[in-house]
Amino acid sequence: MDLSYGQETEDYRGEVKRFLGANWPLKGDDAKLSREDGTKLFRERAIAEGYLCRNIPKKYGGSEQAADALRGQVIREEFAMAHAPMEPAGIGTMMLVPTLLDRGEEWQKEKFVGPTIRGEITWCQGYSEPGSGSDLASLMTKGEIDGDEWVINGQKIWTSGAQRADYMFCLVRTEPAEKKHAGISYLLIDMKTPGIDVRPLRQMTGSSEFNEVFLNDVRTPKDWIVGKRGEGWLVSRTTLKHERNSIGNAAQSLGLLGALVDLAKSRDIDGKPAIEDPGVRRELVRIEGYIRAHQYSGFLQTSKRLKGENPGLIGIMNKLNSTNIGHKVAHLAMEILGDEGLGAPRAAGLGTAGTRPSAANWISQYMGSLGIAIAGGTANVQRNVIAERGLGLPRDAAANQSKGN
Amino acid sequence: MDFDLSDEQRLLQETVAQFIDNECPPARLRELYDDEVGFDPVLWKGLAELGLAGIHLPGEYGGSELEVLDLAVAAETLGSLSAPVPYLSHSLASLAISLAGSDDQKGRWLPGLASGDTLATVALAEEGGRWLPDDWTIEVGATISGTKEIVEFGEHADLFVVGLAGGRFGVVDRNATGVEIQRIEGADRTRRIARVSFDSTPIELLEEGGDEAATRVRDVGLVLVSADAFGGAMKLVDMSVEYAKNREQFGVTIGHFQGLKHQLSNMAVEIEPTRALYWYAAHALDHVPEESERTAAIAKSHITERFQQVARDATEAHGGIGFTWEGDTQILFKRAMFDRVFLGTPRVHQNRAADLAGW
Repeated sequence: MDLSYGQETEDYRGEVKRFLGANWPLKGDDAKLSREDGTKLFRERAIAEGYLCRNIPKKYGGSEQAADALRGQVIREEFAMAHAPMEPAGIGTMMLVPTLLDRGEEWQKEKFVGPTIRGEITWCQGYSEPGSGSDLASLMTKGEIDGDEWVINGQKIWTSGAQRADYMFCLVRTEPAEKKHAGISYLLIDMKTPGIDVRPLRQMTGSSEFNEVFLNDVRTPKDWIVGKRGEGWLVSRTTLKHERNSIGNAAQSLGLLGALVDLAKSRDIDGKPAIEDPGVRRELVRIEGYIRAHQYSGFLQTSKRLKGENPGLIGIMNKLNSTNIGHKVAHLAMEILGDEGLGAPRAAGLGTAGTRPSAANWISQYMGSLGIAIAGGTANVQRNVIAERGLGLPRDAAANQSKGN
Repeated sequence: MDFDLSDEQRLLQETVAQFIDNECPPARLRELYDDEVGFDPVLWKGLAELGLAGIHLPGEYGGSELEVLDLAVAAETLGSLSAPVPYLSHSLASLAISLAGSDDQKGRWLPGLASGDTLATVALAEEGGRWLPDDWTIEVGATISGTKEIVEFGEHADLFVVGLAGGRFGVVDRNATGVEIQRIEGADRTRRIARVSFDSTPIELLEEGGDEAATRVRDVGLVLVSADAFGGAMKLVDMSVEYAKNREQFGVTIGHFQGLKHQLSNMAVEIEPTRALYWYAAHALDHVPEESERTAAIAKSHITERFQQVARDATEAHGGIGFTWEGDTQILFKRAMFDRVFLGTPRVHQNRAADLAGW
């Protein structure tokens, strides 16, 4: 058992540190740039050095580095320590780009990948519909060819960021004669197209992050399809896998634990700091037990992947683990807050690094942890996946019999 | 980075599993389980001949000089098979002698312990859950007087390594004057327990080491119990999944029903990630000293709590048969009870972990 990254990777860490020391925060005249321009300049330099957009070919604006999980990890660690910007966050970078690289036409990669990873264009994801949540493949939004264009009619829901996005990637039923999954295509739409009506949904936290998107005779070019007609379901699987990976992350959970300990030090229970309360102390350790198990399981998964082996059962548990930890953190935070826990949430959630979360931020986390449990496949769907794919239990008969068949 | 078992560690697990499958198959386990005494010296000697009694002991005394992780992966396998053997306490007793004994003491005792010719156990707990070195009250002297509780295989051991005030260890021969061994009927019939009392009993103090030896024996013990608990809990998940794939109701196997599927998923999600937790805690004892004490406390409290819950869920998942003496889940259910208590309950180690964090 060897937990070190090895000399070669540690040498590489030295290079990353030197780069960050020289380039972030920006120096000289560069430091006078606006936040947006400064970030853009820094990202260009980091891509040129091979630190960002590593799995994206140079011709699409990436740095095209050989896959190396340890180098990737070192970069994440060092950039986080320096508070330096990584690739633009968002569903475009995380989900659309890997899908296009895997399944897109050459012109699609050239047109969309570069601007997306530079943060110049943003995307939203049109998957869920009012009648198609966990049973996503039953979706009914219809696409028909008319001349050189698709004409799309239907409704999407839970579409995060649709009010700001430049484009949408979406799943549309284009082959009504085919069976459920085989009738779906993966289409791209410009959000400025006439016929799109975005209506924000107000969340229980009071903020409006996701939307209903109504599509009424919306036209998109015939070749704005990723993969062939009827292959949309398979194409979309590439992206869902990426989303599951991105949510399973022990570093976030460790950050939550640290914030929770700070909260327990800053509040009193029965006239004494909450951190001295035996129940609070034991629950903190209990939560840390879950987080450490999750963290070290990450070491195990990384090691398996480095050896080209399948991580097995643990590999499909990451999302549910993170979700469970989020719930436990939320419950203890409310316990510590006491009467303060009746306050209104604050839209920003736990807030940005460096600022101490307020009670309102924690109340948002209390609610927001449920959002994480639901988004990207609900916890109950995760349990089905673990039971069927992980434990080898029989598939639910009902899952194969629904509308759209 | 290679946070994974080596081929040798996997082979060790396979060898132990094969030996137990051959020498203590379910029918034999049942005999021992229902037996009044519940200890099979031939079975234990056979395991010792495979090297299991001296994994961690120095080569010059017949040991294999391996690491805590090697000890722990064998404990996982023994735990998964409910092996009714004195591995845990014998390992801790010989560890104490190898850490705190003088060269002369090591030379006299360790070869017999490594070969399995001598069986030793640890006598640590005092009344009221006082398991930890700071809790021990029996005064150090040429003779000792006092009582130790929950001594694993106390009826069968040749030697007792006794925890004394100030975190010292001493060795008592079972035939020494003033030793009284009282069988205690415990729930876990795969690991028999006794109350051992001393009345002006001659003792040989281990001459070297003090706090450090006692601390390490405690932490290695916590990790071995964690590994045992992980092995037992994973086995219960496997048994419950197998049962769900075979038992039919309403014309289909019950594994079709989502209520049960979700319960089984939850059990797996509770326990599967703890494999890496016990590995890390074991690894830390040899390679990450600054984290080892606290990680061992977290692992023991966390994994034995999870084992307890998984054992309850597995019993429920087996329906009526799970509640019977004849069913096999009850054997692991009771091992979960042992693991929870032995070396201190989860509450004790959660409090320690909080203290050690400076909270």
